[in-house]
Amino acid sequence: MKILKVIAIIALVVLVGIQFVPTEPNQNDVTPQTDFMLVNEVPIAIQNQLKVSCYDCHSNNTNYPWYNKVQPVAWFLENHIKEGKSELNFNEWKNYSDRKKNSKLRSIIKQIENGEMPMDSYTLIHRGAKLDSLAKNEIINYMNNLKIKN
Amino acid sequence: MKTIKRSIRTVALVATMILTVSCKDANKNEAPSSASNEVMQENMDSSKNMAMNNSQNAMAEAILKDYFNLKDALVGDENDKAKMLGGTLAKSLGNLDKSTYSESQQKELIDIIEDATEHAEHISESDIKHQREHFKILSKDITDMVAITGTATKLYEQFCPMYDGGTAWLSTKEEVRNPYYGSKMLKCGKVQREIN
Repeated sequence: MKILKVIAIIALVVLVGIQFVPTEPNQNDVTPQTDFMLVNEVPIAIQNQLKVSCYDCHSNNTNYPWYNKVQPVAWFLENHIKEGKSELNFNEWKNYSDRKKNSKLRSIIKQIENGEMPMDSYTLIHRGAKLDSLAKNEIINYMNNLKIKN
Repeated sequence: MKTIKRSIRTVALVATMILTVSCKDANKNEAPSSASNEVMQENMDSSKNMAMNNSQNAMAEAILKDYFNLKDALVGDENDKAKMLGGTLAKSLGNLDKSTYSESQQKELIDIIEDATEHAEHISESDIKHQREHFKILSKDITDMVAITGTATKLYEQFCPMYDGGTAWLSTKEEVRNPYYGSKMLKCGKVQREIN
């Protein structure tokens, strides 16, 4: 019994302790000129859907939920966002080469088609981020038209 | 015999390049007499250029070798082996020396290598379905790379009309072994172009 108590106390101390470890929030007020929305003429409906469904992890500005104030949740999110941005950062769109743009468009289409993105762990909490079949088709058609022919 | 043919071709290529360059220079200077001096000068440089071309090709050949190993793993439905070979390819892509190509070629090579490396890295950590999706674009990247770097090997561009609306890949053998379907449809496809 005594051991359990000690473990519980240690766990509590660690849990409180890690709350003081700072994280760097992924937030920026300014949208860079290289942003996907500024480079392309994106219909408003698709703009809104992309912002809700993709931009939290695939841009330099995350709309954080309240529980991001709590560790270790914040670390978990930080990792996700870092990985998401390295795969695809909509804010950097103009900087991508034509070849890379086509690769990314193709991946966007495939992942949306297969329901791999947005991720289940994300849509579970962000209900509005889930894409119904109509929204899927709209985005897929739009992305298909953006492909650079060669 | 093959090496002789190859070196003749290289010499011819270098000679054409020199002629083009010196003609351009001659036009600029409007002094034809100095052009012949330049040809002499560049002839002396050309042996150095050829040596550089060889080592450069060696790296492009290494990339191709890794690509073909990866292709064979996909033909054999070997997910784990393809993972490993994807990692190998990603590494060798980083070693390509672009310095002796023209500015526009260098720019294109940089784009190609960046894209191909990303696909190779994904292959190194995906299931076989995703590996094949990435291999499609990787194949286009490698084909475009070969168009710039060239290769000593005879290559066959093969095409499977069924996979993802029609998809190509490269092979060193004429007979078709499909990397997108593996054992499911091993011989689906045809040779659509010969390189070299």
